[in-house]
Amino acid sequence: MDQAEPDGRLMRPPSPPDGETRVRPEGYALSVLRTLEAESLHILREVASECERPVMMYSVGKDSSTMLRLAQKAFYPAPIPFPLLHIDTSYKFPEMYEFRDRICREVGVDLRVYRNDDAIAANANPFDLGTVTCCGLLKTQGLLGGLRLGEYDAVIGGARREEERSRAKERVYSFRDRHGQWDPKNQRPELWSLYNGKVFPGESIRVFPLSNWTELDIWRYIELENIPVVPLYFAAERAVVVRGRQFIPVGVNTRMRAGERAQTIMCRFRTLGCYPCTGAVPSSARTVREIIEELEHVRHSERITRVIDHDQDGSMEQKKREGYF
Amino acid sequence: MRATSARPDGEPDLLRFTTAGSVDDGKSTLIGRLLHDASALYEDHIEALRKTAGRDGSRLDFSLITDGLKAEREQGITIDVAYRYFATPRRRFIIADTPGHEQYTRNMATGASTASCAVVLIDARLGVLTQSKRHGFIASLLRVPHLVVAVNKMDLVDYDEDVFARIREEYGAFATRLGFADVAFIPVSAREGDNVVRQSARMPWYPGRPVLTHLENLYIAGDRNLIDFRFAVQRVVRPDHTFRGYSGQIGSGVVRPGDEVVVLASGRRSRVTRIVTYHGDLEYAFAPLSVTLCLADDVDISRGDMLAHPNNVPRTERTLDAMVIWMADEPLAVRRHYLVKHTSLVVKAACAQILYRVDPNTLHREPAEQLGLNEIGRARFTLFRSLHVDEYRRNRTTGSFILIDPLTNATVGAGMVTDRVSAAPPGAPREERAASRDITWQTGRVAASARAALLRQQAATIWLTGLSGSGKSTLAFEVERRLVELGHACVVLDGDNIRHGLNRDLGFAPTDRRENIRRVAEVARLFNDAGLIVVTAFISPYVEDREMARAIVGAERFLETHLTADLPTCEGRDPKGLYARARTGALADFTGVSALYEPPVRPTLALDTAGRSAEECAGEILDLLSERAILR
Ligand SMILES: Nc1nc2c(ncn2[C@@H]2O[C@H](COP(=O)(O)OP(=O)(O)O)[C@@H](O)[C@H]2O)c(=O)[nH]1
Repeated sequence: MDQAEPDGRLMRPPSPPDGETRVRPEGYALSVLRTLEAESLHILREVASECERPVMMYSVGKDSSTMLRLAQKAFYPAPIPFPLLHIDTSYKFPEMYEFRDRICREVGVDLRVYRNDDAIAANANPFDLGTVTCCGLLKTQGLLGGLRLGEYDAVIGGARREEERSRAKERVYSFRDRHGQWDPKNQRPELWSLYNGKVFPGESIRVFPLSNWTELDIWRYIELENIPVVPLYFAAERAVVVRGRQFIPVGVNTRMRAGERAQTIMCRFRTLGCYPCTGAVPSSARTVREIIEELEHVRHSERITRVIDHDQDGSMEQKKREGYF
Repeated sequence: MRATSARPDGEPDLLRFTTAGSVDDGKSTLIGRLLHDASALYEDHIEALRKTAGRDGSRLDFSLITDGLKAEREQGITIDVAYRYFATPRRRFIIADTPGHEQYTRNMATGASTASCAVVLIDARLGVLTQSKRHGFIASLLRVPHLVVAVNKMDLVDYDEDVFARIREEYGAFATRLGFADVAFIPVSAREGDNVVRQSARMPWYPGRPVLTHLENLYIAGDRNLIDFRFAVQRVVRPDHTFRGYSGQIGSGVVRPGDEVVVLASGRRSRVTRIVTYHGDLEYAFAPLSVTLCLADDVDISRGDMLAHPNNVPRTERTLDAMVIWMADEPLAVRRHYLVKHTSLVVKAACAQILYRVDPNTLHREPAEQLGLNEIGRARFTLFRSLHVDEYRRNRTTGSFILIDPLTNATVGAGMVTDRVSAAPPGAPREERAASRDITWQTGRVAASARAALLRQQAATIWLTGLSGSGKSTLAFEVERRLVELGHACVVLDGDNIRHGLNRDLGFAPTDRRENIRRVAEVARLFNDAGLIVVTAFISPYVEDREMARAIVGAERFLETHLTADLPTCEGRDPKGLYARARTGALADFTGVSALYEPPVRPTLALDTAGRSAEECAGEILDLLSERAILR
């Protein structure tokens, strides 16, 4: 009988010319977040299955928190089958260290922390060296050192293509040579959801399961899934110093420049990095819902609060070429 | 379904589209304009734009928004696929922005591989270029279902309707050969913003929607294959001895606990007991959800195995025929070895044969020894281990694969599985597909009257149409039984049976459904030509499709018979529980419930099967045949 085959299930052509909109079938509809989630879980499972020594970068921020939840989901009911790696510059906010240790304990993951101790011992700091040099030493060199030590062949990162111009061309599986360097002209074509994770010894793949997520998706997912995040994301009265258009938080080591003084304003952080180089934004959003509402109307990208991205034109691309995420 | 997962929540959905155009057609400008006018740009991005002097000096150069990499900014060209994100209250969009130069065919293919819609730009002043055709061809090759042709720079041709109409006509004629579900033509000026986000007042002659509104309203839910359940196992999950599950992303179709499944390659069968997720078990799951399945039996399953329903399985192949897009400098050559990555399996393969190369500009096939960078052709691979594949046109997940060079680990090609018997590339012009143009109709020497005399009957096609459950199949087989009993030659064409053989390559996309009816009508006609009486049992809900069938069979032989049993009656019968599933929303677009049935206006016969036996109804049909002197 033809009823048995779904000849009755007619999927007629789209968009009738008269401007009427069709009602979407209900039972099989998938929301944006669940679509993105399904893709991310697939990617995480691929890396874990195909690569020998994968590691997931954990930077304590909202993207890392989201990735951690996705990893829990991807392998449930089994534990996450790879370690987490935190590159510590020693300049992170105290709240971040506290949060990191608590969450990793609760979730039960194998957290590894790496610092470029040589540079830290030599007193590398952004105040004397400037942001670019300091980042090069503590973040990029720190990262490469941490990866070398673990001999990881796949490094899962939380970068999103929407974040910055040069990221827009990043693959989900981004190939890096022996020096961890990225050659934008020499990336593997990536079709469908078929990822090529083959590497020779010493080479590696950076994997970005959040490639297709936007900042708003992240926050909506955090709300939907009730994912814990560092309290720095929420608005509070904080002591900051105003530099240009940035509100730089005043921390233990902050050096005031001539004529500067700390003031207390209601603000929050959109991205979290090192406190000397992460700007706060004026905000009154105290809950995830309020952050979402704020972002729905926001007119500036999140990267504007990162000092590093403004230092040179194309600076992110430059950093990526050198091995940064 | 428990928990929050996967239930419709009224949120916007996701549309991925790709853009293509020749250099300077204004693609970057169009995207920039789309993002800008849809308020998807941040102030600091716009400010960065203002700082950089635009290529044309004065005004905001929208194209700079998307030209991401330094090298490109310097050379002023786009050299790689870039992804852009924006949202409107209706939809979330992902744009795969791909360059249009010839040497970057591979990028366009990359962007198209995940897209539901392709936007091809044509410069109104230059008209249809060979490149514009190539873009359409690649999109069709990757089975992008929807095409939008944006005729750009209308401001430079005084917003002239004739210019637009000429391009629409020329490109339209070409595009109908490519098998898109739908093609829209939109006249725009990306620079001035006409018909990009807002309706242009300068082209009142254009009654359609601007680009963004069109994209917001594209109906894409039907593009997914929810028919053929395919589940490639990515991981076996065994945290301890109490749990064993199989993780993967559903490639197509739907699965429920209780479903019988077959494990490929072993052929072992089992039943799904649970669909496990972090939030709890699901009542059912569908493509493209990532889930973990548990089975009733302890069967041996590992990564790379595929689960399917036993009555609907993929082909198991050691030889793979496919359309291939080559992406490396080193050409694809016979006897060379590659790795094929298909779903979650990587197997060794050798190129056995290159059947032909396609000229993407003319769509002509030419003999080829090898395929060079950015060339497209059809090739045959011998696999060292079998793969479970479907034809790409039916299933994008199980029909696609990539080729990896084992010496360099580079991805060197992309393949789309074709049917082994068909000889033409998907998207080849109709006349090439069906037969070569120089085949002419051969006339036999046996007159229809001679056959009629021999069989004591006139040939006819009794075309049954009606809702699911109206009794078409039952009646068809009853008529057949009675006729054969009376010594007549009769054959039934039934939906299921036909889809097992002749039409097994067809899916359920609108074009495929129409093709289904077309082939059935052609077969009915051949049987009629042989003198047989044919009874067909297809819902065939659309007047248009039945009219096509009538034209093919021949109006004089075509007896349209409407089984008029009303919806409550059919639903009450519901022999396969399909209505029940349609009512809960588990079956989409079900005729009578959520899709239209267009009743015949003047059927040859209308039969109300409610409360009547199949014998009784068959009797009426036999009476009709006698009345018409079809039976003697
Ligand atoms: N007059 C006019 N110029 C346009 C239009 N769209 C793009 N252009 C110009 O055409 C040139 C090429 O545009 P671009 O977007 O860079 O083309 P792409 O190479 O396809 O990305 C630029 O100088 C644009 O300003 C349009 O609708 N009208």
